[in-house]
Amino acid sequence: MAFRDLFRAEATRHAALSAGQVVPDPARCVQCGICSYNCPIGIDVRRHAWRGQPIHNSRCLTCGECVARCPRGVLRFDRTDLFAEAVK
Amino acid sequence: MSRFVVLGSGVAGIAAIEAIRSVDTAAEIVLVGDDPFGYYSRPGLAYYLTGEAGEKQLYPFTTGDFQRLKIRYVKGRAAMVLRDEHQVEIDDKGRLSYDRLLIAVGASAVPLTVPGANLEGVVKLDHLTDARRIEQLARRARRAVVVGGGITALELVEGLISHRVEVQYLLRGDRYWSNVLDASESQIVEHRLREEGVELIHHAEVVEVLGKRGRVTGVRLLDGRTLQCDLLAYAIGIQPRTELAKKAGLAVDRGILVNEYLQTNDPDIFAAGDVAQVYDPLSGRSILDSLWGPAREQGWAAGLNMCGRKQAYVKGAPFNVTRLAGLTTTIIGTVGRGRDDDLVGIARGDSETWRQLPNAIVAQTGFEVNRLRLIVGEKSLLGAVVMGDQTLSVPLQKMIAGGADISAVREKLLAPNAPLADVVVDFWKEWSRST
Repeated sequence: MAFRDLFRAEATRHAALSAGQVVPDPARCVQCGICSYNCPIGIDVRRHAWRGQPIHNSRCLTCGECVARCPRGVLRFDRTDLFAEAVK
Repeated sequence: MSRFVVLGSGVAGIAAIEAIRSVDTAAEIVLVGDDPFGYYSRPGLAYYLTGEAGEKQLYPFTTGDFQRLKIRYVKGRAAMVLRDEHQVEIDDKGRLSYDRLLIAVGASAVPLTVPGANLEGVVKLDHLTDARRIEQLARRARRAVVVGGGITALELVEGLISHRVEVQYLLRGDRYWSNVLDASESQIVEHRLREEGVELIHHAEVVEVLGKRGRVTGVRLLDGRTLQCDLLAYAIGIQPRTELAKKAGLAVDRGILVNEYLQTNDPDIFAAGDVAQVYDPLSGRSILDSLWGPAREQGWAAGLNMCGRKQAYVKGAPFNVTRLAGLTTTIIGTVGRGRDDDLVGIARGDSETWRQLPNAIVAQTGFEVNRLRLIVGEKSLLGAVVMGDQTLSVPLQKMIAGGADISAVREKLLAPNAPLADVVVDFWKEWSRST
């Protein structure tokens, strides 16, 4: 196995994580806080939902816990377009 | 410097304050609230009762958030609005002057009026104080009776079940929430409730709460039966808290009447949220909603208008996502009609619009727990109920709110045994690309 192949799996995982982000639909959110409560690293997801902002937090694991726990379908995964500005 | 007084610490009041602050950093803002717990997620109380959210999680704002908004908070109840003096009288706290006033004091539960309704153990779910009380009583209760309809009644049922209380749910009519859900949807909800161990009793009306030493021991029904219980929870509707407005001589119908700028018949007084009956220029009617989303939007628009910005509140298709017997359900637009014997007027998490079903054709599909019902108008979809799988709920919400022209697929939607979900998905792909 070539040396660079050792890092391939990790690189792919990073690509997958950076390609996705959690996006809220504020119109559905009632600020119950279940998302923030269940975030394993303590991101205040609810605050993002109030402001209608994607979870732009470098610590976000995109583990999907908040997406799955939200009882009202407020949160969903969306593709990030991190480099859109740079490409322009 | 302008002085704004906001009555009510719910989401409408908070959104109004955010709006005022977004355009006026110098204004003095006084928030008057009579809820001892201030601003918290009222819909979140359902999850507090089931144990999914702790009490701490119910508070969306930190002290820092309030500090940033530079609010002076007065804990108290507004007793009177003195319009000529531009003042509000607060119980035991004197008077506050205002340039512009917002009344956003919400709604409260329609009280149970049968004999014995004041016994210890008779509960409703209006506020965190009530939820705490229910939680406390449920810990030692063995049997509970729940009466009423709509979302709150089921929140009570589910909250009690999760505390391992045996629940008997009494319905006055044939089925659950008969003027919003259709017969099959009611049946699905009732079936799931039975599976969770709830005993449903139809055509049952409580005429007396029985008690001993001031505590509930049971209920007597109209047909003479008695049921034993140590807790009676009711949710028979809500009524906007209009007393203050009535005393002040403001125009009141079912709620405080406001125009599309959330302004009452006094140009310096505004109303928003559950207490407001808002004029909808599109339908020409004044409508009550008891939903978090519209309350926030109304509050925001009211705040801007209080600052002199002309911002009309445009009522979208009302929708709510809720769990009915554990089944995620989205209700969008107009889906039912008539009255429900279990409710007086409107319930929490409810909209009058849902019951204004015109003569439209219903297309439905589904089996067991995944069910889709569409209300198909001449050119657009008027409403939808999505139970179970929620994949279509966001597209339908956007298509109904956006008045998507469905002429091209109308025939397909109305064909017998039409694969509704597929037709909707295909149409959505096209429509969302073109808008």
